[in-house]
Order: sequence, then C-alpha cells, then structure tokens
Amino acid sequence: MPVTDPLSLYAKIWNSHVVHEEDGGPSILYIDRHFIHEASSPQAFAGLKAAGRKVRRPDLNFAVMDHMVSTRNRDLPVMDADAAGQFQALERNCRAAGIRLFDLHDANQGIVHVIGPELGITQPGQTIVCGDSHTSTHGAFGALAFGIGTSEVEHVLATQCLQQFRSKTMLVEFTGRKKPGVTAKDMIMALIGRMGIAGGTGHVIEYRGEALDDLSMEARMTVCNMTIEAGARAGMIAPDDITFAYLEGRPFVPRGQEFQDQVERWKTLRSDPNAKYDHKFCMDVGSLAPQVTWGTTPEMVVDVTGKIPAPASFNNPVQHQAATLALKYMGLEPGTPVTDIPIDHIFIGACTNSRIEDLRAAASIVKGRRVGRSVKRALVVPGSRRVKAQAEKEGLDTIFKTAGFEWRDSGCSMCIAANDDIVPPNDRCASTSNRNFEGRQGKGSRTHLVSPLMAAAAAIQGHFTDVRQWTREAVGQ
Amino acid sequence: MKPFTAHHGLVAPLDRANVDTDQMVPKQFCKLVTRDGYGRVLFYDWRYLPGETPDPEFILNAPQYRGASILLARANFGCGSSREHAAWAVLDYGFRVILAPSFADIFYNNCFKNGVLPVVLPEDTIDTLFARAPSGLHLSVDLKEQSITDDQNFKASFAIGGFRKKCLLQGLDDIEMILQHEQKIAAYEEEACPLATLYSSL
Repeated sequence: MPVTDPLSLYAKIWNSHVVHEEDGGPSILYIDRHFIHEASSPQAFAGLKAAGRKVRRPDLNFAVMDHMVSTRNRDLPVMDADAAGQFQALERNCRAAGIRLFDLHDANQGIVHVIGPELGITQPGQTIVCGDSHTSTHGAFGALAFGIGTSEVEHVLATQCLQQFRSKTMLVEFTGRKKPGVTAKDMIMALIGRMGIAGGTGHVIEYRGEALDDLSMEARMTVCNMTIEAGARAGMIAPDDITFAYLEGRPFVPRGQEFQDQVERWKTLRSDPNAKYDHKFCMDVGSLAPQVTWGTTPEMVVDVTGKIPAPASFNNPVQHQAATLALKYMGLEPGTPVTDIPIDHIFIGACTNSRIEDLRAAASIVKGRRVGRSVKRALVVPGSRRVKAQAEKEGLDTIFKTAGFEWRDSGCSMCIAANDDIVPPNDRCASTSNRNFEGRQGKGSRTHLVSPLMAAAAAIQGHFTDVRQWTREAVGQ
Repeated sequence: MKPFTAHHGLVAPLDRANVDTDQMVPKQFCKLVTRDGYGRVLFYDWRYLPGETPDPEFILNAPQYRGASILLARANFGCGSSREHAAWAVLDYGFRVILAPSFADIFYNNCFKNGVLPVVLPEDTIDTLFARAPSGLHLSVDLKEQSITDDQNFKASFAIGGFRKKCLLQGLDDIEMILQHEQKIAAYEEEACPLATLYSSL
C-alpha cells in the first residue's frame, strides 16, 4: 500500500477542491458556497456585466442585506440614499442572476455570518468565501472559509473558482477548562493578545483541545470569527457530535438517511494523527480571566482585574508608539484599573456575539436588574431575525427592555456603524463586536471589546466589573 | 487591469504600524456602488478637519509630499476589513507602490488586483527610508528586476511570487485565466457535485 503523509484538516479540504494546479502558480480552487452582501458586491456585479459575463452557479451563491440596514423600523422607507442605492443594486443583481436573496423584510434576514450557519447553508468540508473578512466564522463547522476582496467576488461569480496559494498552517491548542463567567470571546481575545494581530498572517489556524470540546457551535463561531483579528486567513475546528447536532434539521441540510450519510462523511474531516503544521501555539484557559481591550487594536487587551498599561512597558519601539497613540485616542491614563473605566454605551450584537446563546448569557446577567443611570444607551441587536424570534419566544426581549435596553431588528449595526447606530465622539462603548479600531463605531468613538456577559454587567454597573462574581447565580457560557 | 512594469516617484512616509483599512476608507464611503473616486477619502479621519479642511498635522498634507506616488509604511499595513475600497483609494490617490516590512493578507492580495505593487522590505531598510524621506526621497522601482534604487547609490532588492509578478507586468485578467480551465471546472462540478448537500425547506 502506498504510504501517504498525514494530512491536516486544511490540507484535506484544500486537496478535495483543487480544480487545477501547476508549479509555481496558484491553484484553482472550487468554491462550494459564496455569500454576498450589499457593501462589497455592487462593483463585482458591474464588472461582470461590463465584461459580458454571467454568474456561473447562482444556486451556490446566497445574498443578504446586513451591513447598512437600519435596525429601527424596516417598514419605513430607507432614509439613507447611499444605502438604498446599495440595496436596490443587490436586489437588481440577484434578480437578474437568479441568486437567492434574503432582503430587508425576509424572515431569514440577518448578518451573513449568522444566517449561513443558522440556515445550514454552511456545512463541514466546504470551501466558503464572502467579501467580508469575518467569513472566518464559518470555519467553526470544519469548513475552509475566508474573506475576499470585491475583485475576487467577481471571480467567484464568474467562475465559482478562485486562484489561491496554499497558506501556511498553525495549530492552536486550548488546554484546561475555563471557569464560569469566562467565555469563548475571552479565549480568543487572550489568544490575540499573546499572538499579536499579525501573529497569524499567512496562516490558516486549526483550533483544538479540551477547552473547545464542550463549546457550543455559537461559542466556536466566536473563536473562528476573531481569527482574522490575529491576522490569519481562516480558522477552523474539526466537526464533531456538537456540530452534527447543530446542523440536523436546518433548512438547507439534508434529512433522514441522507443526513446520516453526510455525518459519516463529515466524521472523516479531522486532521490525521501526526499531521504537520508550520507553527504550533498552546494556551491554557484554566486560569483565564474575562478580557477587556484598552486600545485601538484587538491585541491591546488585559484581564478585567488588570490596569491600563504604560507605553513604557512595551520594549518594542513600534508597540511603544502604538500604545502611546492608542491611549491618547482612548482618553485613558496608564495605571487606571479596568474596573474604574466608565461606560457610556453598550452594544450587544455583531457576527462575533449576536447568536441566541450570546443573548441568553447577557440576559442571565441583566435579569431583574436595571441599566446604570450613567449609561446613555444600551443596545441589543440580534444577529438574525430568527435569533430575534427565538429570543422573543424565550422572553429575553422583555428582560432586556425591562432593564432599559433597546431591542432592535437584526444587522451589523454598531459594529461597523454604517447605519445610524453610532457611538458619538469621545464616548466609550463596551461592545461585543470584534474591532476596536479608531473610528470603527463612529468618528472619535472609543471601543472596548468584551464578551456578552461582560457587556451586560457593564451595562448594569456603568463601568467594567468582573462578571465572574456575578455568574455564580447566573448561567455562564 | 493597468500593467505595472516600473515606477519612479516621490516617497511619502506614514510612520504608524498596523494601519487598518477602516482608517484608509471609513465605512461611510463604503456605501457607494462604483470603484472610482476614493482617492479623495483616503485616510479621511486622519487627513481632514471638520468641513473637509486638510489637517496640517497629517503627514500626507505636508506640501513636501504633494504628488507622492510611493507610500512608505510600517508593519502589518492594511489589516482588518477586506474592503477593496482601501486598494482603490490608494491607487486613485496616486500611489502605485507601497513599501512596508509586512502587509495583511487580504489587502496585499487586493493590491495586485488593482495594479498597486506592495513591496516587502526588511525592517532596517524601511527604517533607513523613513530617515531619508523628510529630505525628499525619490525612488525607482523596477518590477522586472525586482529592485529599488535612487540616484545616491541606494539599492534594495525584493521578493515577489513569479505568478503575481507576471500578472502585474502584463496586467492580466484573472477571470480569463481561470476560464481557460473551463473543461476542468465542468469536470469537477460533474464529479464532486457541490450541490449534493444543498437542500432547502425554505
């Protein structure tokens, strides 16, 4: 029998999607699912039209409106003329090409990285792309999923393929068991803090380890979502019984015997023992504390029990300069305890943390309490209309509204602040999103990335607080 | 795509690591449906005071860097969002080359799709160029030779993948290249049947 080298999960999916390969050139990789949204696709469709090309496989393309949508009232006309122009373009383009579109009014509308998995369009072993960097989210299902630019969106529309060079691989092992009050968000934020935001550049990361084994799909998606914040192309987790249980019965997943046959195939989607990786990284989560970012990149993160670092504590001159600029922008003094930072806005939402489990976790903290007086606004934006409906069925909306939160319709909302959900200049927001870049939530906005539990606790207290002290009575994640 | 063979131009230094694409093109300018005209908004929040008045504090507004076509940058340039608007803005502003110790993956790739040459140089070479930029540095970038020179004996060589080099030099259309393998794509679809797992009860 021929002896083959042990393969990583990434190599297995890659190999099974190669259409053409040649020495020195990129491989042509087949794309199983392409997600499209209004912000990164109009120029791609226009390019296609200008070249007289057609969409090759409309059946493998799915479109949704999410980035620019209002989360207030969908029945009102769209006031933002530019956003309206993008919605119309997407509608026109999808209709002309025969692509399934989940528009503003669709009961299945939501953030692209929430609805793909939720509807079962995302499945193990697939290649998945979207003109959005957080496409890495779908890797939680053991898929190879990554963000692309608009030119590549056009390539996929025209050919259902992409020219790709093989990435390097990294294995990240999470050991230990996290304590109640500590979430998948804290795991990935701490990892980025240690690896740095360029630590994964050029790599696809595979996650494994006992700390992942009992994580729900929602939590695994949070981990893979922020993989791009470590600079990596994609993150992936081998599918297991939790994955299969999540997928069973979802609209785009086969039923009965066909589902069982798929599961048998999906079970082969794991790295062979002794598969080789270019790099390995190990992090123990047993003593991990809830994490809070203090700066303007996701790597600028500390424990909630910690203090704002001094720029001088960074030996590297580049990091020193970055910390100085970040503290100035954030309006923070070195040495300030994290729990002393007052919060003006709370945002619970985004493709990182807007799924039903995230809302349940936040509600467990909020229940029976009130949003602090000093908090100007607290928003809950469900990741999809399905999540919203489920939360309402469970009464979570009432818990949030009674406490003083605003309960909104689904969309990207205050994560990118491209609609009217904006944090004003110099205001501080505790946010469950994934980016704390300058101006991300509005010009001059100051973002602190946290888990849903931490955001909920900050909403009640008006400042950060160690949610581990609260989760004894509440349900942790 | 506009081919790139060689370029000579003025260098503008942006001394800041981890410049993300949100800074290059803020979200409010990602609401358009065209590819043109993004040069005006490049680095918008850093570049302008209220009313779109150029902020004299921002380096690219300094008169000495007017007309610069080579951007000198720090590590992990172009991180964050995949928005190709960032590459469109860089090109439309007038930059044809970006020099940095490292780039984020998606932005790096987007540059090649738009005829912008991202060049990775060692950290100490980048430091040397930052030190020289304020006195008016002009560089010649030759893609074919993979070299960067000036008129004062500066010379650096850079690495670039052979395929990417060829595409830039010839301004090749990627879609056309993929479609040359139409038969293989069709055969793959026949065999792997990517639709097999796609059912819908919606």
